[in-house]
Amino acid sequence: MAKFITSRRTVLKGTGAGIAALSTPYFFSKGAWAQDFCNNPTGSTVTIGLNLPLTGTYAEEGADELKAYELAVKHLNGEGDGGLLNVLKPSALKGNGVLGKKVQFVTSDSQTLSDVARAGATRMIERDGAIMITGGSSSGEAIAVQSLCQELGVIFMAGLTHSNDTTGKDKRRYGFRHFFNAYQSGIAIAPVLKEAYGSDRRAYHLTADYTWGWTQEESIKAATEALGWETVATVRTPLGAADYSQYLTPVLNSGADVLILNHYGNDMVNSLTQAVQFGMRDRQANGKQFEVVVPLFSELMAKGAGESIKGIFGTSNWHWNLQDEGSQAFTKSFGAAYGSPPSQAAHTAYVQALLYADACERAGTFYPPEVIKALEGFEFDGMGNGKTLYRAEDHQCMKSVLVVRGNENPTSQFDVLDVVQEVGRDVTTYDPSIFGGELGDAEPVPTCS
Amino acid sequence: MFEVIFLQFLNGLDKGSAYALIALGLTLVFGTLGVVNFAHGALFMLGAFCAVAFRYFLTLETVTVDPTKLSPWGQPVEVREPLVQAWFGDFGAWLVNYSVPVSLLVCIPVMLFVGIAMERGIIKHFYKRPHAEQILVTFGLAIVLGELVKAFFGPNPHPQPMPDTLRGAADIGSWLGMRAGVITYPWWRLVYFLFATAVIGAVFAFLQFTTFGMVVRAGMADRETVGILGINIDRRFTIMFGIAAIVAGMAGVMYTPLLPPNYTLGMDFLVISFVVVVVGGMGSLPGAIAAGFLLGILQSFASMTQVKAIIPGIDQIIIYLVAVVILLVRPRGLMGRRGVMEA
Repeated sequence: MAKFITSRRTVLKGTGAGIAALSTPYFFSKGAWAQDFCNNPTGSTVTIGLNLPLTGTYAEEGADELKAYELAVKHLNGEGDGGLLNVLKPSALKGNGVLGKKVQFVTSDSQTLSDVARAGATRMIERDGAIMITGGSSSGEAIAVQSLCQELGVIFMAGLTHSNDTTGKDKRRYGFRHFFNAYQSGIAIAPVLKEAYGSDRRAYHLTADYTWGWTQEESIKAATEALGWETVATVRTPLGAADYSQYLTPVLNSGADVLILNHYGNDMVNSLTQAVQFGMRDRQANGKQFEVVVPLFSELMAKGAGESIKGIFGTSNWHWNLQDEGSQAFTKSFGAAYGSPPSQAAHTAYVQALLYADACERAGTFYPPEVIKALEGFEFDGMGNGKTLYRAEDHQCMKSVLVVRGNENPTSQFDVLDVVQEVGRDVTTYDPSIFGGELGDAEPVPTCS
Repeated sequence: MFEVIFLQFLNGLDKGSAYALIALGLTLVFGTLGVVNFAHGALFMLGAFCAVAFRYFLTLETVTVDPTKLSPWGQPVEVREPLVQAWFGDFGAWLVNYSVPVSLLVCIPVMLFVGIAMERGIIKHFYKRPHAEQILVTFGLAIVLGELVKAFFGPNPHPQPMPDTLRGAADIGSWLGMRAGVITYPWWRLVYFLFATAVIGAVFAFLQFTTFGMVVRAGMADRETVGILGINIDRRFTIMFGIAAIVAGMAGVMYTPLLPPNYTLGMDFLVISFVVVVVGGMGSLPGAIAAGFLLGILQSFASMTQVKAIIPGIDQIIIYLVAVVILLVRPRGLMGRRGVMEA
């Protein structure tokens, strides 16, 4: 009978070989080290959750975002003309879904209310199995949903949100914003205002009373005061106030010669229309022509405001008549599908959907921490805003910003904005530490029930 | 400072006009039929949508495709021709320009029909039921009407332009001998106040100086005795419900240039108008008018920066604060009859 002799070295070799053999399948399957995460897609499809304000103050933007997401899903699945898949550089997208899985979506109407948005996102994650949540047109919603997504370990690709807080004090590791912010609006618009209206002005702010309004007021106030403007008053108005007469009348005899409306969506349409009804654009104050400024507006709002918006300065994330290859490709795709050009809300929604899909392809997995790593510090081009960086420090896209003006002589119902200036990324980039906040950790990944 | 106070006073009259018009109908229905009609705000909203629908028909267009011109997204450009202008020329253009005031003519028969149908179809079955049940059924009705409008017109507001001649602001300061531009106020808001005053005056005159009105007032005071005299008071009260619906509808029509209507418009105004009725006194017509203007003016003054600096947020709660005080001190409201809704 042979004697079984073993040595310490043999045991170590054997153990090492055993471990290597057992784990071999995982070495060759990238990302498979953590299959147990929230809504890991196991079938032939992957579901994304669209959280959109289809009713409420920002309903117009929500409806346009929905169209954009539908288009993005088509393009990701290899249908239609491919849209921006053809011009995104670099791109790992193949037009066969994401990681070979066909993309489908579920929707929830957030009603432009933060609590409803949060409840809708919870439902789409827990009931519908959404791997990622995207959409929204209000910073209140974005911050609420982003925080929820961090808790549940689901990536949130924000839609239209302009508050500094979204990627500032309330930033989260699982939240990403392509849209620009109020601080960047201030940087972009200040020189244009100085050139148009001079540096001796007195401004009166009417501000929507929630996170976006507060940070926009703060940013525009800082930017205009740096020009030499004086701030006469800052007055908060409730979101969805509808009748602004009692807030507008004090402006008339306040000594101000500029009214700055920190309102968005229907609020802005109502406040601007009513300001014009009060004769503000026909007034003289302090020996100057009285002016109205709307720091953030979109083509949808410009259409709603009609005549009132003509000649008014503001900023925008993107506009459909930009001449770069990406903007033209997206406008063509969207216009052919829906018979009208896309809004800035639609653009940011579409881009976010593609960027998430591309990050999954580059990561080779849906595992959120790996997708987050793929998005952080990702530099891309071809999406309509020039070379863009998804900054790792705060998950804010650094890109160019548009200063726009209500078109005085529109040639069609869609020709409502003029791009006055495209302010480059080098100008709009700022130190991420100025707004504080902590991203938090990507791991351990919470598992949703 | 005088200018600021004067302008807020005008704002108060303007807001009060809408509150008073809705509250007038609300209290008219309560005074005649004894029903607390929570669907009354929905009638205001339906009136506003009469204006929206009328303008929609006036602005129908023929669409032809011009294959020689392409849009930026590569599709042939659509050329749109307004039908009304093509058919009626300058008169068509005038109709489109004055669509809001002209739609009052459409609103009156529509709202009369809606009001009578609502009363005969649903509300009459709840006359002898407790107020809580009346509130529940009418509140449900308001939700149904709102959702119907949402289904037809969508969730978004529908801006209605005012006639060109009434755009811009009146220089009231110069009328009072002050420097030009010191006190300016939008023309349409002045028109709305005058319109509200005329409608309120007409309703009071109708009740005061016509035989029909006299019978209705008698019925409001003592329904049974009027019935014993052989008068069909129920039929007259049904007509009064229709008239209340017309008043609410016309108020809604004329409000559309000030606030683009959507399906929630009725609910936005209903709560405040109900508070107005409670403050004025349930069933008291002069009370509803007085409380409407009083609360409108108080709300405007509470929005002044100087006032909010002392009590932040007062503009959002002033109406409800007044209601609480009135209910504590004088439960029947400012001009309510003793014993009505006091317990």
